[in-house]
Amino acid sequence: MAALQAGDDNAAETLVRTHAPRMLGVATRVLGDRALAEDCVQEAFVNAFRKIGDFEQRSSLSSWLRRIVVNQALMKLRSRKAKAETSIDALMPIFDGDACRIEPAWPHLATPDEICEHADRRALVLAKIAELPDSYRIILKLRDIEEMSSREVSELLNLSEGNIRVRLHRARAALKVLLEPILKGEE
Amino acid sequence: MARRSTKSIRNWARGVAYRYVPMMITCQEFEDFVIAYLEGELPRRQTVVFELHLKVCRECRDYLTSYKRTIEVSKRAFQEPGQQIPDEVPEDLVRAILAARQA
Ligand SMILES: [Zn+2]
Repeated sequence: MAALQAGDDNAAETLVRTHAPRMLGVATRVLGDRALAEDCVQEAFVNAFRKIGDFEQRSSLSSWLRRIVVNQALMKLRSRKAKAETSIDALMPIFDGDACRIEPAWPHLATPDEICEHADRRALVLAKIAELPDSYRIILKLRDIEEMSSREVSELLNLSEGNIRVRLHRARAALKVLLEPILKGEE
Repeated sequence: MARRSTKSIRNWARGVAYRYVPMMITCQEFEDFVIAYLEGELPRRQTVVFELHLKVCRECRDYLTSYKRTIEVSKRAFQEPGQQIPDEVPEDLVRAILAARQA
């Protein structure tokens, strides 16, 4: 760590070789594009080297780097041509006038194995996740796929933890409706 | 007065029961608790109430089961080959990063 902060070349190379694979994985999942993810990892490392002097061993090096790469990925997403966000209201749970839930019966609920052993079904799941509007999809990916805590995500996105939880819940509920045919084994 | 269908009479009865029986909550109130319940942040008393609703309400049970399955399936879809953390970082990327650092 001291060598790294002193700007040692070998230490820098070791850092890159050790952490780049995991960072590339995170960036690829968040951005959904490998080439974009590679740019993102490069920018993240440039930032990391610039800020390495500020790194305090409060958090682990790998979670510090993860935060930097996610931040960089979020900036990339924001700089893309802003697409008007589609509403997910139509995908929210339905209640009748008596506050009772209207929910179809689920005679069959496919397991993750049953779905993911078919490449085409798995691709469909990924495509459905990609359909979610940015502000929901990002939170779902960071919380459910990258398994970051609400606190970490709230710091990255500058939103309250409460807001993160509400959005996560709405994202999952919407995705559940989008995945319904696949989960029921109809597709 | 409009005639209610059998189904809507059943829902009306559910609604009344959930609203007025002690320790019962409506499906809509249940919905507001879902995320806190799954995060393990629901206070004990509300957890009891939540789980009681889950026992009596087929709709919320099916909802929660398929909601949880949605999370499992998404996690899994990203873990499969091709989506996995790449083991190999292209050598030219490593070089580019180290070159950018010198600049
Ligand atoms: Zn219910």
